[in-house]
Amino acid sequence: MTYAVEFQNLSRTFDKVRAVDNVDLQIGEGEFFSMLGPSGSGKTTCLRLIAGFEQPSAGSVRIFGQEAAGLPPYRRDVNTVFQDYALFPHMSVADNVAYGLMVAGVGKRERQERAQAMLELVKLGDYGQRRPAALSGGQRQRVALARALIKKPRVLLLDEPLGALDLKLREQMQIELKSLQRQLGITFIYVTHDQGEALSMSDRVAVFNLGRIEQVATPRELYTRPATAFVADFVGTSNVFDHAAAQTLCGQDRPFSIRPERIRIGQDGPREGEIGLSGELIDIQYLGAVSRFEVRAGNGKVLAVVSPNLDDHDVAFTVGAPVKLYWPQRAMHPLAPEENGHVAHA
Amino acid sequence: MSRMLERRGLSALTDALYRRPALWLFLLLAPPLLWFGLVYLGSLFALLAQSFFTFDDFTMNVSPVLTLDNYRALLDPANHDVILRTVAMAAAVTLAAAVLAFPLAYYMARYARGWRKGFFYVAVMLPMWASYIVKAYSWTVILAKGGLVYWFYRSFGLSGVVDWLLSLPGIGGDSLSTSTLGRFTVFTYIWLPFMILPIQAALERVPGNLIQAAADLGATPFMAFRTVILPLAFPGVVAGSIFTFSLTLGDYIIPQLFGPSGLFIGTMVYTMQGSIGNMPMAGAFTLVPVLIIAVYLSIAKRLGAFDAL
Repeated sequence: MTYAVEFQNLSRTFDKVRAVDNVDLQIGEGEFFSMLGPSGSGKTTCLRLIAGFEQPSAGSVRIFGQEAAGLPPYRRDVNTVFQDYALFPHMSVADNVAYGLMVAGVGKRERQERAQAMLELVKLGDYGQRRPAALSGGQRQRVALARALIKKPRVLLLDEPLGALDLKLREQMQIELKSLQRQLGITFIYVTHDQGEALSMSDRVAVFNLGRIEQVATPRELYTRPATAFVADFVGTSNVFDHAAAQTLCGQDRPFSIRPERIRIGQDGPREGEIGLSGELIDIQYLGAVSRFEVRAGNGKVLAVVSPNLDDHDVAFTVGAPVKLYWPQRAMHPLAPEENGHVAHA
Repeated sequence: MSRMLERRGLSALTDALYRRPALWLFLLLAPPLLWFGLVYLGSLFALLAQSFFTFDDFTMNVSPVLTLDNYRALLDPANHDVILRTVAMAAAVTLAAAVLAFPLAYYMARYARGWRKGFFYVAVMLPMWASYIVKAYSWTVILAKGGLVYWFYRSFGLSGVVDWLLSLPGIGGDSLSTSTLGRFTVFTYIWLPFMILPIQAALERVPGNLIQAAADLGATPFMAFRTVILPLAFPGVVAGSIFTFSLTLGDYIIPQLFGPSGLFIGTMVYTMQGSIGNMPMAGAFTLVPVLIIAVYLSIAKRLGAFDAL
């Protein structure tokens, strides 16, 4: 089977830094695929390797089965939506959108018609004659999208495209991007450091750390069955118990992670199938729908607990008081014994 | 409360100015505006006003009788030639400077980092540290028969090429230093930094990701240059060309030291106000570069040179 994008033993080093370190990855046609990771984890470099702005130091990048290493960006059938949009400031919005057709030698009439159709697709039909500088952040974002899509790429690369937008707009754009991707049926490769964004839109997510992929999985799998401590901690919040903590605090002999919302904070005692530990409540954050508790356990480890604010449940607690935490055993997620997969490779 | 209000001396003055931003702005701008208005524009208008005065050829006296004769005289074939000769040279120098400056400015803005960037800055500006007169005279030595250039082309066996260039009508002459080619070379040398720096500054402001975006959308490097880099750097080219163009238009030293006989606007003004004392005619000649630059700028604006500003 041919993949939209396939990495084989792909590496990119800058001086001595391995920005991308021997990565294997297959991205299927029509997938909404996210590359998630903290800054400097190699996700953007991977995107640039697909776009052609970077060339691999070793390994191969295939786009629809064709080797792309060595091909300049203008010979690749992929288009990019840039982080800060990279709109041409000296051109009108319509000329920006039509740019890809203009350099391809498409006639003026057809260019204008297709640019207008594209602008209507992103709901900016009346903005063609404006300059990018006269648009809001969200509108520029849509222009960048229209400009990349007009070339009918088989793969669209998006480099943190919503990073500069405020929260409401970001949530709205997430929904629009997802429905656009379904409508067009092309492969979206989406780079983000925002795990919420990655979870809400993607078919699959690759979690990057230190130039390597920690896990590739569906959002649900990633959240419920994180493969490594890093994934458990980076995707959502997790209380990660390493080998020692698991043993001394709750008598478990394997490292595990537990999500804050699976922990019950109370005084009553364990229920059927629950284990628990006791600690001191050191902070309460009221967040509206939920409250977030920070509890320091016996050995100094700080645990996060999130519980819904039903019947002003949070008022019963005072900072500094001793509390007990309980969670069902099945909510514990075992982690691979090696704490950090990279130690062995460094 | 009372302690907060008790302020004396300088801090009381600071507080008073802080409460009156308009006064503060006035104090800030008054000195430069006075200088600019009185000394700078004032002297220019005084000169232009004189250009309407009458000069008596016989008594060599200037009388404040208003006339348009000086401007009529600009259209005399002899004066006409001076203007054309100067403008043609200024245009050629500007074009050559732009072609030479762009790649260097591009390298400085996009690729040079660290000590290389510093090196190029200093290298470009180093000639400006030396006196103009010294540089101009040093070129008389460089271009002289038996000088550096002479030795250089002789040792590479290029005498034939140079002789052929010097035999061409329009740019040739008896020797390098008395040819229009020599004059052009020195002009381009002297004004080149004034072209490099504005272009470099303009290119510095073109975000690198625009070039990547162009490539991403299918533009070859040449296409990206033509449709993105050049239009965005064009205000810098125009700014640089205003320097090289107007500096060449007004220069009166290099045309005297190099090239064939025949006056330039600068030498004409110099002669008129100096040895002849015909200030009105000098004033009329001064207006020519001002007008040419004004026309040039309006054409540049129409071409969209300032759209990217």
